[in-house]
Amino acid sequence: MPIFDQLTQYLFSGFATGAIYALIGLGFAIIYNATGIINFAQGEFVMLGGMFTLSLLGVAGLPLAMAIPGAILLTTVVGVVFERLAIRPLKSATPLSLVIITIGGSILIRGIAMLGWDKNTHALPGFSGDVPIVVFGASLLPQHLWIFAVTFVVIGGSKLFFNYTISGKAMRACSYNSRAASLIGIDVRRMVLFSFIISSAMGSLAGIIIAPLTMTAYDVGIMLGLKGFCAAIIGGMSSGFGTVLGGLLLGILESLGAGLISSGYKDAIAFVILLLILFIRPQGLFKKAETERV
Amino acid sequence: MYWKANVSTGCEPALEIRDRGLGTGKPGTLNFELFSKGDRMKKLIAVMVGCVTMMHAGLALAAGTVRIGALFSVTGPASFLGEPEKNTLEMLVKEINGKGGIKGTKIELVVYDTQGDSTKAKQLVNKLIKNDKVVAIVGPSTTGDTMAIIEDVEKAGIPLVSCAAGIKITEPVKKWVFKTPANDHVAAEKIFNYMAAKKQKNIALLTVSDAFGSSGREQLKTLAKQKGFAIVADEVYGPKDTDMTPQLTKIKGAKPDAIICWGTNPGPAVVTRNVKQLGIKIPLYQSHGVASKKYIELAGADNAEGVLLPAGKLAIYDKLKHSDPQQKVLREYDNAYRKAYNVEASTFGGYAYDAFLMITEAIRKGATTPEQIRASIEQGKKLVGISGVFNMSHTDHNGLDLSAFEMVRITKGDWELAK
Repeated sequence: MPIFDQLTQYLFSGFATGAIYALIGLGFAIIYNATGIINFAQGEFVMLGGMFTLSLLGVAGLPLAMAIPGAILLTTVVGVVFERLAIRPLKSATPLSLVIITIGGSILIRGIAMLGWDKNTHALPGFSGDVPIVVFGASLLPQHLWIFAVTFVVIGGSKLFFNYTISGKAMRACSYNSRAASLIGIDVRRMVLFSFIISSAMGSLAGIIIAPLTMTAYDVGIMLGLKGFCAAIIGGMSSGFGTVLGGLLLGILESLGAGLISSGYKDAIAFVILLLILFIRPQGLFKKAETERV
Repeated sequence: MYWKANVSTGCEPALEIRDRGLGTGKPGTLNFELFSKGDRMKKLIAVMVGCVTMMHAGLALAAGTVRIGALFSVTGPASFLGEPEKNTLEMLVKEINGKGGIKGTKIELVVYDTQGDSTKAKQLVNKLIKNDKVVAIVGPSTTGDTMAIIEDVEKAGIPLVSCAAGIKITEPVKKWVFKTPANDHVAAEKIFNYMAAKKQKNIALLTVSDAFGSSGREQLKTLAKQKGFAIVADEVYGPKDTDMTPQLTKIKGAKPDAIICWGTNPGPAVVTRNVKQLGIKIPLYQSHGVASKKYIELAGADNAEGVLLPAGKLAIYDKLKHSDPQQKVLREYDNAYRKAYNVEASTFGGYAYDAFLMITEAIRKGATTPEQIRASIEQGKKLVGISGVFNMSHTDHNGLDLSAFEMVRITKGDWELAK
């Protein structure tokens, strides 16, 4: 195999995994931007999307086109319940305790999923078959195209939502200064709930479209959540393009690292980069440093 | 995998281990150990244990019962091992007692859950020895847990038949410790013998970066050297990785005659799909770690077509020759397990089956004290179990050889004996 073909394959593989990370990272960024919380249960929403789809397809016998919205709906309900029971009752909690609560919540959700479903890994069928597509000597699966397309739509959608709708602008206002936002009449608690709705729906969508590739199990949320979190950090927790670039960068670095340097250090390469970014540019690669007026 | 936390020997617990990737003792969560247990707590426990021990000390076992202990990781990250093991044991005990026991001796089973945590295993083994006064112990499920308690059983002189696969458990041989799963290198040797027959000389390794994979990788490399194979690519992947195309692209570039993948689900299933995606036509070998229908289901029957692997005989008992000594035992176990729990029997449950068989066989031969049971297990020859036919000796406390596995090829979503 000529080195050029190998390189294109590394790049395409990196793009494909990177798009997955980006999609999950967006969920982190949205909640962070609305509430200032890093929701470590985001990975579990991803898991729930895949697992609910599996159940709706298998047990309920629904067609894929109905199972997907159904799974998103169910996950969103979980997101809402989570917000109501775990986040809302703590009115004046510090962000740190909220973060720890989300970690606790993720363990709880994972535990319930383990008991409710099982401990096995499950495969979902590809949306449009499994015949590889060859581009420039590299091969991709049709499912990769779905991932690219959905990521694209989600970024576009969130961009429009946060910049051009009242609710979106209100959510951003809450993230800048929730007190001031409530003074001008924004219902901050509703916005927090809203952000959980959006990000759980988005997480489950991510979980659904990646499940045919990565397969799904009660515990897939941990690693995917962590990688998505990295993507969001690299992108500076922006709910738009930054996180997407962060995800793609992470995916490509992993793939090139595995291919050209050593597959043993693949994750190490990615996490070292994350650490470097946190040291050198804690505000993310694509964001200007925040200045605070005194 | 997870239990590396306490015994960082890197040994693997048994076949189908999945790593959470973080190397902590907990199932893949960030390990937030906020409070260390203080000395007060320890003292309190010591006092409690002391009281309980005294209460028990006066109790003699009811006549005609023998108490066997078991330690399994019924919950926690290794629960996929512990659960079938516990189920198997409970099923067997019920069956034996239902038939009036072994020559009139009933069996009392005490099962504790180690949760895949070696510290717990250590506490519980002492509970079994001191409070419950068991004559023999089955388990634990993982290599980490087993290594942690060897010291205790050796000191107390209670025979332990472990259900974990790590080679360190029985090599070097310990007086009181046995194990039922075959060593990984037996499976690796099976693959190499097959490849030698097919004249495949240059091989590529793709192993998972957890304990199962790294121990497999070491043994594959040693065996390759001994048997004169050349390793042209040596790649690894993370247990939770979802895409192995970069590693496979590199392997494809190295042009090997065969690829050996060593891991447990779901990684090998992803590898199998990726091989198909990249259009790689090189023969793919998997380890015994994926010898279950689950693997074919995850990889997809089309993608898994032609994959070769050494399988324990439980997976393929209906394909075996009728002369195979294990066939009857395997069929009966599978049927009984299906009847009791409504799922197919697993290799892991088989480990517990074999351990229990060794102990009950010793009792049947008249052994009653721990020392007699130990001696009887060590002298056991041609004991037909689930994992293979055991021939123990004072130099071999595992007793399995190459015949424990069969090379199979996946054909149309089913196993077929590879010729």
